[in-house]
Amino acid sequence: MSKRTVELSVATPGADAHGDPLRVPIPASPADVDPELGGEHLLINLGPQHPATHGVLRLVVELEGETVVRVIPHVGYLHSGFEKLGEYRHYNQIVPLTDRTDYLAPMSNNVGVALAAEKLMGIEITPRCQVLRVIACEMSRIISHLVWLGTTSIDLGAFTPFLWAFQQRERIYNLQEMWTGARLTTSLTRVGGLLADVPDKFVTDLREFTETFPDTLDEIDRVLTRNAVWVGRTQNIGVLTAQEAINYSLSGPMLRASGVPWDMRKDKPYLGYETYDFDVPVGENGDVYDRFLVRLEECYQSNRILAQALDRLPDGPINVDDPRVILPPKSRAMNDMEAMIYHFKQVMEGVKAPVGEAYAGIENPKGELGNYFVSDGTAKPVRWRIRPPAFINLASISKMAEGHLLSDLIAINASVDIVMGEVDR
Amino acid sequence: MNPSAQALQATFGNAIGRVVDARGETIVYVTAARVRDVLAWLKQTAGQDYDYLVDVTAVEYRDRERALEVVWNLRSLASRRDLRIKVELDPRGTLAVPSVVDLWAGANWLEREVFDMFGVTFTGHPDLRRILMWETYAEGHPLRKDFPLRGRFSRSEQVRQALNVNPEGHYSLEELAIAESFDELPAEMRDRLARGQRDQIANSE
Repeated sequence: MSKRTVELSVATPGADAHGDPLRVPIPASPADVDPELGGEHLLINLGPQHPATHGVLRLVVELEGETVVRVIPHVGYLHSGFEKLGEYRHYNQIVPLTDRTDYLAPMSNNVGVALAAEKLMGIEITPRCQVLRVIACEMSRIISHLVWLGTTSIDLGAFTPFLWAFQQRERIYNLQEMWTGARLTTSLTRVGGLLADVPDKFVTDLREFTETFPDTLDEIDRVLTRNAVWVGRTQNIGVLTAQEAINYSLSGPMLRASGVPWDMRKDKPYLGYETYDFDVPVGENGDVYDRFLVRLEECYQSNRILAQALDRLPDGPINVDDPRVILPPKSRAMNDMEAMIYHFKQVMEGVKAPVGEAYAGIENPKGELGNYFVSDGTAKPVRWRIRPPAFINLASISKMAEGHLLSDLIAINASVDIVMGEVDR
Repeated sequence: MNPSAQALQATFGNAIGRVVDARGETIVYVTAARVRDVLAWLKQTAGQDYDYLVDVTAVEYRDRERALEVVWNLRSLASRRDLRIKVELDPRGTLAVPSVVDLWAGANWLEREVFDMFGVTFTGHPDLRRILMWETYAEGHPLRKDFPLRGRFSRSEQVRQALNVNPEGHYSLEELAIAESFDELPAEMRDRLARGQRDQIANSE
């Protein structure tokens, strides 16, 4: 990326010839250690309640001086057993559970689980529903990345971008509230359609958002991208090569920052993403700085997709025309015998899925969110598996943090973009 | 159908069970004895190149007569092909399959999760501990079908155990021993850290 032109010597006075910050070497043998300081390794416990661990992540860190020798992550403090609960629920009743996994992008999770259920049942959704779901996914991507930008800048000592980012995020939350009635627990999708169509004002408000939102991104770009402190604290920190990123099964911005041009929207298109004109940003060095650049650019690209989706938003129904899948309107259920029977059967028995299994992966803000359903022909899945991108990305933190300073561990942890609701599920 | 399925049948013969192709997804059933060879072959053979491990999970059916399945979702990034490998295990027998952490480092936490939730042992895993439940969790493996939705113990018993927990239990033995453990790190890593080297992390493969 061309933005990587900052003079490192400006950023870090103690840089070597390659631009890498100088580090105090660890004494090779105990004899070299100043006896006053002691040669023992220090055990530090970060979390589970620590503001810089972004939730209830606990990191047990082994330190040699200030250098991280080993990180042992502990997860599970927010384990809710969603996958087990899903086995006791109808497919539509699973949707509210997904609000609470990656709670920074609930709409996108709703879309993921609906796509998997529809793949399992062989349902084709309507064109309007497709475009509305794209809008939902991209709005989620923007708010998730904005939270990431805000909290990471706070972790690294910049408070202002946090306020800018959350101001814009609030506008999307208002739109979500307008659409679904909820700001966070949106439960947007149903198998075969959506909870509701968008209100008229939604389109004009979202249009206004897409026109003004890039100004904030420009501001964040201006204040961070060439900022000496920001660059010094992020470049060459937590480097993963492309090969390592693939080997660790990373996905999303983490994978792309390491130089692997893989995006589910481009490479395994769903919801008609292949018909939108957008670019996939790819990093070169796989460090924290590149992850920042990738996420920042993805916000611009999501904004482009939103504008295109609004331009093409077709008229028509949002739900498929299949009374076995979609609830009839309440007025018909009360007046029409047939509609009432369908209503009763759906509420009491649920929508039955054929025997078999389906995996649907979508590009969530954190990475590839997979929903894997196995059905034995009843209305409840035998197995609902979430492939959690944040969980899998977090698994590489020990590798990334090894040999860095403790303060860099904070930057590395932030760059993974974890959300513990999804890590622990 | 994914052409790798035929290639597997041609290469491994009897070790390959049935091949299912539905909804654009190809599932290949493999015997537990050969699954590691199959996965390694798929990763390392030119033309297959399944370099990306999407997911490792397990499925137990409500029908007690059906086998418990361990599932590997593989992907070839170059050819954009997905392949699902399954191994069938008897849910009443020993649940053990070989680990693939040395092939894909990303399998580490995924295998730990399957172990935690289903009790499947991954032989050769470097650090097979519970991951989502705590290490002293005694109620069993939550995603098994014989595990009740509300847990095995009563609420009062769960509260009693939580209140009586030993604070030392929050650290693993490994962590408690950290002060003395630097010498036990792998020689290569110790050497690298001693030189203060960063950014030159040895390849995990």
